[in-house]
Amino acid sequence: MHIVVCIKQVPDSAQIRVHPVTNTIMRQGVPAIVNPYDLYALEEALKLKDEYGGRVTVLTMGPPMAEAALRKAISYGADDAILVTDRAFAGSDTLATSCALASAISQIHKDMPVDLIFTGKQTIDGDTAQVGPGIAKRLDMQLLTYVSKVRSINIDKQEIVVERRSEGGVQVLNTKLPSLITVLEGTNEMRFATMANMFRASRYPLKVWNREQAGIEDITKIGLKGSPTVVSKVFAPTARSIKAEMIECESGEPKDLSVTLLAKMFAKYPKLEQEIAKQA
Amino acid sequence: MMSEAEAKKPAGKKKFELDDRLKAYKGIWVFIEHERGVLHSVSLELLGEARKLADKLGVEVAGVVMGVPGETTRSFCNEAFHYGADLCYLLEDPLLADYRNEPFTKGMTDLVNKYQPEILLLGATTLGRDLAGSVATTLQTGLTADCTELNVDIDVRSLLATRPTFGGSLLCTIQTLNYRPQMATVRPRVMPMPDEDKSRAGRIVEEKLGMIETSIITKVLEFIPDEMQDKPQLPFADIIVSGGRGMKKPENFNLIWDLAAVLGAEVGATRPVVQSGWVELDRQVGQSGKTVRPKLYIAAGISGAIQHRVGMDASDVIIAINNDPNAPIFEFAHYGIVGNAMTILPALTEAFKSHLATARKVG
Ligand SMILES: Cc1cc2nc3c(=O)[nH]c(=O)nc-3n(C[C@H](O)[C@H](O)[C@H](O)COP(=O)(O)OP(=O)(O)OC[C@H]3O[C@@H](n4cnc5c(N)ncnc54)[C@H](O)[C@@H]3O)c2cc1C
Ligand SMILES: Nc1ncnc2c1ncn2[C@@H]1O[C@H](COP(=O)(O)O)[C@@H](O)[C@H]1O
Repeated sequence: MHIVVCIKQVPDSAQIRVHPVTNTIMRQGVPAIVNPYDLYALEEALKLKDEYGGRVTVLTMGPPMAEAALRKAISYGADDAILVTDRAFAGSDTLATSCALASAISQIHKDMPVDLIFTGKQTIDGDTAQVGPGIAKRLDMQLLTYVSKVRSINIDKQEIVVERRSEGGVQVLNTKLPSLITVLEGTNEMRFATMANMFRASRYPLKVWNREQAGIEDITKIGLKGSPTVVSKVFAPTARSIKAEMIECESGEPKDLSVTLLAKMFAKYPKLEQEIAKQA
Repeated sequence: MMSEAEAKKPAGKKKFELDDRLKAYKGIWVFIEHERGVLHSVSLELLGEARKLADKLGVEVAGVVMGVPGETTRSFCNEAFHYGADLCYLLEDPLLADYRNEPFTKGMTDLVNKYQPEILLLGATTLGRDLAGSVATTLQTGLTADCTELNVDIDVRSLLATRPTFGGSLLCTIQTLNYRPQMATVRPRVMPMPDEDKSRAGRIVEEKLGMIETSIITKVLEFIPDEMQDKPQLPFADIIVSGGRGMKKPENFNLIWDLAAVLGAEVGATRPVVQSGWVELDRQVGQSGKTVRPKLYIAAGISGAIQHRVGMDASDVIIAINNDPNAPIFEFAHYGIVGNAMTILPALTEAFKSHLATARKVG
């Protein structure tokens, strides 16, 4: 069985700061990490490989530095890694990204047929959860989103049974391979990298593909040109015009503070008082 | 993205002109989501937004209802009318019993191709996101996910979809200029619920799905409904008491539960608290948790990071308790108490208790 896992390198958003005056993102020094949601996808693929055998290929589209994300994936146990990188991809939105990735996957498929494609639920920088569905549609594959568990795979019959999260419950679905699965977070826990794999990761000869090698002929489908959406404005959230009314009282005792708060609040919001009485 | 040079072009620059082919796209559609016979409230919230946009553009609002043939499915059309739709496109077919990507994508894309709406809105639920991503790729158009604000530029009839970016620290407005329909998803509870108007009616346009079961590859083997009884329902709670890392220890979280009990409130939390396992994931409020709009939100030991704020900013009244007078939460709370949550919370619980007791005697 051959599983392709799409991973993305993202800035660690917990460490992103916005410049207080210019409102621009201060990227310097912000470490790049593998999109945390993609690690669930990778681990799920590695688990299936443990159970059913086969190979796991990790794929990313990004700048040359995204190589680090692929090496990380190899240290966890991925077999092969492909970096699709080209200036022509700059400015891609989700539609253009899924076009490029789908094309790269078709190329991979020529070397070794692909049975399953895994993506994360979403990225922490793009946050759209659209790239997975986009790839599936372009490759005309069955799409299974928000999968919390792969129940079983029947390789002979080319069938897979999964549990999929829906709003009010879990759907158990049966479908045909090849299919694309977006993996829900919390599905599993990433294994530790072994010494052997870490060693392999450092020496692994990455495959680096440019636009042509990724099989993309039509440049109007990628990069800025292939992106229907444009960002027309970036701005900071507006601060509320009035700050909190700070509750103070002479004694400063918790009890007096609380009573003062309730008196002030219910005087201003009498309806709230009725609501609370109703609830309690 | 518009380049600097373009943006600075002097007045009289060539104005953006919509393609003639795209000018044919008219009207605003809302996908009416339902599951197990229950309509998802996010669809009604979207109808409220769609109504406002449609009135600005001078067009109609349509609901798209897909489901099994029958009264229940048809009743969703009426509900859509009550909340702002002028018409509904109705697809009734036994194949639409459970949500599956293939038939729903085909149903929606066929409708779009035939009736050509300029804007298509869906809830950012698991179902809505699944469908939106597939429909957008199939139609080769732009989709903006998880919007927090929707508006239109009337001149170019363009949807202005605003969403958080870079982990929520900034907002960005995204447009789809040269493609139609312009698609967007919005998370539940982000938009206010519009008022119901039972006197409103509308017309129903019926279409056929045109698929057979054997052509659909994915089969639903089983549906395991969630145990709704003991699942917290934060998005619809009227009162929420939330605790953050400032509560210090899991034992201290009992103070949050005590106050919630007195108020008949739900308990919420920040992400670090959930990640430490003090409360379950369903209680996380914020960007990667639930969006809530209670009448009262009490935040104790919560700094007020933007990722938390986006999930609770729409609360009617926010009370913040924090021992740091400079905590960001005081920038947007309505009332603030500077002090130790471990002593303030029990006092507040007592104060509410006695207040409610007297209120009851009087009332
Ligand atoms: C991509 C991304 C998504 C995220 N999603 C979410 C999300 O959905 N929800 C969410 O909440 N966070 C989310 N976060 C995390 C968020 O950035 C903050 O780290 C988090 O909200 C902080 O939680 P906190 O306020 O509990 O903790 P802290 O920021 O550590 O604040 C603790 C506060 O408690 C106060 N305090 C300490 N002791 C006391 C005391 N004795 N009495 C009273 N006050 C005291 C302190 O002054 C401080 O203000 C996300 C982050 C990222 C990067
Ligand atoms: N540039 C990329 N390279 C590889 N995979 C990607 C890329 N962008 C997105 N993905 C995959 O698509 C998923 C959804 O991304 P998004 O639509 O940005 O939320 C991610 O979890 C990744 O698995």
